[in-house]
Amino acid sequence: MDILYFAWVRERIGLPKERITTDAATVADLVAELIAREDRYAVAFSDLSALRVAVDQELTDFDAPLSGVREVAFFPPMTGG
Amino acid sequence: MRIVVQEAPFDLGAESDAFAAGRHDMGAVVTFTGVVRDVNDQLDVMEIEHYPGMTEKALTKIATEAMQRWSLGDVLVIHRFGRLAPGDRIMMVATAAPHRRDAFEAADFLMDYLKSRAPFWKKEHGKDGTSWVAAKDEDEDALSRW
Repeated sequence: MDILYFAWVRERIGLPKERITTDAATVADLVAELIAREDRYAVAFSDLSALRVAVDQELTDFDAPLSGVREVAFFPPMTGG
Repeated sequence: MRIVVQEAPFDLGAESDAFAAGRHDMGAVVTFTGVVRDVNDQLDVMEIEHYPGMTEKALTKIATEAMQRWSLGDVLVIHRFGRLAPGDRIMMVATAAPHRRDAFEAADFLMDYLKSRAPFWKKEHGKDGTSWVAAKDEDEDALSRW
C-alpha cells in the first residue's frame, strides 16, 4: 500500500511517499501502526482533528476500511482557491 | 466542462474568450479569478502544493455537481501549483448559463467547494520565514450554505 503525505505532514514525517505492507483494517489502525514506528510519526499524528485522510484519492474519515485499498494520503485541511 | 491543473501561468483574456465562444444560447458568463495577495508587503513567494490525480478528480466532482444543480452550459476551472509571486493569478473559474443567477450561484458554489475540498495547500515564504496557510473555519462553514 502506498502512503502519501502532503504539506506540513510531509515535512514532519520527512518524506512524500512510502510503500508499506500492513494488515491494518482501518485508517485509524494504520495510524496507530505508524505512530508506534517512530517519533516523527507520533508528532505528525498527535492531533488527528488537524488532519484529513483520503483513501484511493477520495476524502474519507479515520474509520474507513482499508481492504483492497492501494493508496492512503494524510494531509492538513485543504486551502485551495 | 474543462478542468486544468498546471504550473504555468494562464491567459485570463484568452481563456475567457475561448470559454464563451460560439455559445449563443448562453446569456451569462461569470468569471472569478484568484490572485496571490500580499497585504503588508511581507510575502515573497506563495508555494502551492497539490495531490496529482486526486486534484483533478476532486475538481471534476465539484464541477459535475455544479452542472447538476444549476442550469449551466459549461464550467471551466484552472488552478495553478508551484511557486507564485504576489499579484500572480492562482486560479480561475468560469460558468456559462442561459441566465445570470445560475452562472453567479454556480461560480460561488465552485469557489466554496474548491477552497476546502480540492487538495491544495499553500505555504507562504515571507520576510519572517515560512508558514503553511491554515484553513479557516469560515471556509468550512461556507459549505453549509449549499
